[in-house]
Amino acid sequence: MIERVCVIGAGTIGSLFAGHLAQVADVSVLTRRREHAEALSSGGLSVRGRSELEAEVVATDDPAALPEFELGIVACKATDLESVASRLAGRFPAATLVTVQNGLGAEEVVRRHGDWELISAITFMSGTRHSDTEVEYVLDTPTWLGPYGDTPFERVEQVAALVVTAGLRAEAFRDLRPAQWSKLIFNATVNGVAALAGLPHDFHFAAEEEPTDLGRLVRALTDEGKATTVAAGVGLHDDPWEMNVLATKRGSSHRPSMLEDVEARRPTEVEFINGALVREAERFGVPAPLQRAVYALVQGKEASYS
Amino acid sequence: MRICVVGCGAVGSLFAANLGRLDEVEVWAYDVSPAHVDAINANGLRLIGADDVVGHVRATTDATALPSCDFGIVATKAMHTETAVAAAAHAFAGGAVASVQNGVGNEEAIARHVERVIRGTTFPAGKILEPGVVQWDVKGDTTLGPFEPSPAAREEIERLADACTRAGMPTHAVSDARPAQWRKVIFNAATNPIGALTGLTHGQVCERPDLRALVSALVDEGKAVAAAQDIALDADPEELIDHAARPDVAYGHKASMLQDVEAHRTTEIDFLNGGIARFGRELGVPTPLNDAVTQLVKALEDSWI
Repeated sequence: MIERVCVIGAGTIGSLFAGHLAQVADVSVLTRRREHAEALSSGGLSVRGRSELEAEVVATDDPAALPEFELGIVACKATDLESVASRLAGRFPAATLVTVQNGLGAEEVVRRHGDWELISAITFMSGTRHSDTEVEYVLDTPTWLGPYGDTPFERVEQVAALVVTAGLRAEAFRDLRPAQWSKLIFNATVNGVAALAGLPHDFHFAAEEEPTDLGRLVRALTDEGKATTVAAGVGLHDDPWEMNVLATKRGSSHRPSMLEDVEARRPTEVEFINGALVREAERFGVPAPLQRAVYALVQGKEASYS
Repeated sequence: MRICVVGCGAVGSLFAANLGRLDEVEVWAYDVSPAHVDAINANGLRLIGADDVVGHVRATTDATALPSCDFGIVATKAMHTETAVAAAAHAFAGGAVASVQNGVGNEEAIARHVERVIRGTTFPAGKILEPGVVQWDVKGDTTLGPFEPSPAAREEIERLADACTRAGMPTHAVSDARPAQWRKVIFNAATNPIGALTGLTHGQVCERPDLRALVSALVDEGKAVAAAQDIALDADPEELIDHAARPDVAYGHKASMLQDVEAHRTTEIDFLNGGIARFGRELGVPTPLNDAVTQLVKALEDSWI
């Protein structure tokens, strides 16, 4: 039975986990900023939208001040993961940690800092953070979890069950890699294109009628990703092009995080998403000139703000 | 000799003002900006910078007011060619019309309205400082030759080139103007959209190995499309690109397409990468990266709407 959960990183995804899990467990939150921790500890966390919840949490910006926990959900941005994991090193050795970062390689980063039992996860839920203590739950799409390394599948099922009990959608997979790859290819393509074109994920991404239509590029980018999975011998859970088309039909168009990041002139997750895909393509000898171009262009855009 | 400059922006003004210095040439300018036109008619068209020039030019915003001309020099942004030339075509019923615009596909648009067309490429550059006054940043050569499907006579191309040269705009009349045009379009298409999509200057693009490799890959596609038309480039665009990246040349230059993007103006992408890709499709030469940057920049234009 999991009774104590720590959410590490309280951005949108972390806040959604914390707000829901606090309904069924004792939740602590590790934040980057002290004032964020103070606001959460004193005022609690409100969830709006798909769920209407008030949550009491214990928050701190100091890992040494965290209470014991059995389950840690590592929900910081991929760009912060190295420093977050290093601050957890040597602590809570009996805990199971779940990584929900975009891209590939989060588990390896965390593993370098400790022997925790690890669970890989990808999440499709989305929301909007309105303040340090208020998050809106926008898309109630699921989180998928799978064992990493020697983690028993039963542990993954327990964690998925807890998340479901808390009011979120979750599913346990014996092998998460096909789903991870589907999401990686989808993210590399949609996030990269959105960041460069300045467009939310709207109808442009599925338009293929004219030679100059953006959907042709999106399809070609997903094809390069698919060729990489074939060479890597990994199946795909969902076809990334179909995921793209489906998402553009949802009505409200989502603003991918990489678009938000470049508009705010913040560092993006391009290294963990597009960089990871390009490196995998290279490793398996698959030509990916378009993914490589998107990767180089987004990095160039980041360099232009400094 | 009567010459009408169609589109009197920076480049059009360089031609109009310099030609306006010659006694035997009557220069007209057709432009859509009333302020620029009024200033030119009141005070002449003034260039400062690389040279100081005041040219006598008759300017109008009303194409129907144009008299019949021996030559037209089209210097609009490429996406305005069709509209501008259609409006002014009556003035060129007995004349020949040259394009000195960026990109490929302008001569085709002109030829839909005018019988004798001159293919042209020009390197001088400048910017409008205020109505009637243009900063002349860089001097450079112009190349003129026949537009093969609908050519002007060799003699009249030479006559226009000679007038431009005497006016202070060195111009070569050649039998094949495509090598110069494709060298310039390949250079522009390999560098402009990279600046526009990243916000980096030309020099910053060139010092990032991954972006410099992307520039070269775009150049290679352009070269393949030129080669499929049996065009032997008159110089390697790669050399121009490296030369321009030098701190004493154009390291800090923001590509014109980046300036367009920052001002939320429509870009010339359809005539640069889009033009190369269109020729590639017709010739059966794949241009996946030129397609990709065209799709991205057009999407970016849509993001402002």
